[in-house]
Amino acid sequence: MSWNRKHLLDIQSLTADEIMTVLDTARAFKAVGERAIKKVPALRGKTVVNLFVEPSTRTRISFELAAQRLTADVINFNSEASSLKKGETLKDTARNLEALNADIIVMRHNASGAPHFLARFLRASVVNAGDGAHEHPTQALLDAFTVREKKGKIAGLNVTILGDILYSRVARSNIWALTKLGANVTLCGPATLVPKVFEQMGCRVTYNVEEAIAGADIINLLRIQHERQRKTMFPSIGEYASLFGLTQARLARAKPDALIMHPGPINRGVEIDSQIADSGRSVILDQVTNGLAVRMAVLFLINGGKGPQEVAA
Amino acid sequence: MPKATMILDAAAMERALMRIAHEIAERNVNGAEVALVGIHRGGVFLARRLAGMLSGILSLTVPVGSMDVGMHRDDLDRQPAPTLQPTVIPFDVTGKTVILVDDVLFSGRTTRAALDAIMDLGRPKRIQLAVLIDRGHRELPIKADFIGKNVPTSLDERIFVRFREEGGTDEVTLEKDGGA
Repeated sequence: MSWNRKHLLDIQSLTADEIMTVLDTARAFKAVGERAIKKVPALRGKTVVNLFVEPSTRTRISFELAAQRLTADVINFNSEASSLKKGETLKDTARNLEALNADIIVMRHNASGAPHFLARFLRASVVNAGDGAHEHPTQALLDAFTVREKKGKIAGLNVTILGDILYSRVARSNIWALTKLGANVTLCGPATLVPKVFEQMGCRVTYNVEEAIAGADIINLLRIQHERQRKTMFPSIGEYASLFGLTQARLARAKPDALIMHPGPINRGVEIDSQIADSGRSVILDQVTNGLAVRMAVLFLINGGKGPQEVAA
Repeated sequence: MPKATMILDAAAMERALMRIAHEIAERNVNGAEVALVGIHRGGVFLARRLAGMLSGILSLTVPVGSMDVGMHRDDLDRQPAPTLQPTVIPFDVTGKTVILVDDVLFSGRTTRAALDAIMDLGRPKRIQLAVLIDRGHRELPIKADFIGKNVPTSLDERIFVRFREEGGTDEVTLEKDGGA
């Protein structure tokens, strides 16, 4: 079990062993968050830049706190009030940040592949905090961590991902992680948002929500990403809620100990019934806590071991 | 093949630990303040065994925890990130006499990291260090309070400590680096 990567760009290129290394490391960091002094000196003297070209609150806060708990210095760079608005290219922005001797650049961008692009020419490590509709690797890692923590395993579990799959980087990263770790993944949502082509990733695709939930161990709900849809992909929010929203009646078809997950922010009354969101079945807030531990683990792991061969890779 | 020299066999290791347990009891008059913290990996096995022995000597249950000092190391950006185990300290260290337990004392850098890690958990009354083997070559001003065996070594030699908890038999051997 080891980690030799300089960047975390996606889940697709990770091995199951590497994913498990992150989850095991995160267990140690979760314990740090439960202490009176929630800080360790692992990244002392390092500089982490949160380069968020697309707005984000919870992921940025999570990365920011993770870096602070590792004793790194953190700079937040928001596109709204930055040189990118003045016409600077992404490459020049990143080069400027590197000129400040940033060690790790955590990047959120609305274009798929933007972190991969940066990683090709930067000396700093790059962590993908979400790129377009492509991947959101730390979300998938924290989801896997939460499943393993609550269920004791991942292999063999039935995981249903319900909602906007097409525009969801969370769905793509989760599908990669869960299938690599041996879970059975079912995708469900409006046909316009769940193309059959996802079956090629090793998933079951169904448009019948009752069928999708039947026998599920985990139900992972995704928000409708209005901001990413170029045209309306379904008639109305009301219709989505009545056809695909998770209600008590629908939840009854899942296993009695099935857990509800959601990457947030949740829309009560749309994809999830308000009472279910507040019930003991919901692990949504555990995901937030675990996200911090997983991001500490990722920053810790990519900070290690910068031998010459890894810099070249 | 490198030649292995036996330093301690299972019986000698048991006797060394029993002597350390008695020395800890002798040095710490108030046994109720004593708590053990084993440093991953080997120190955890040793701390559990010492806690069992001490509990018998003192007729009370001596608390024992385990610690991974990986987050506090001073060489984190010089080699691949170490595999971390959760640090589990099921007692409040504040006011306790915390006895750090490690299998081999070498440069002293692991002990330095453990001292910092303990300080982040509270304010112990005092910290003592127990090691099974002291092989010399200190790089920091650190000294053990309880030592199973002093073993003078050269830098191209390695100490291997094996534990019955890992499926084999207890033994400590000294081997020349094979140049691997």
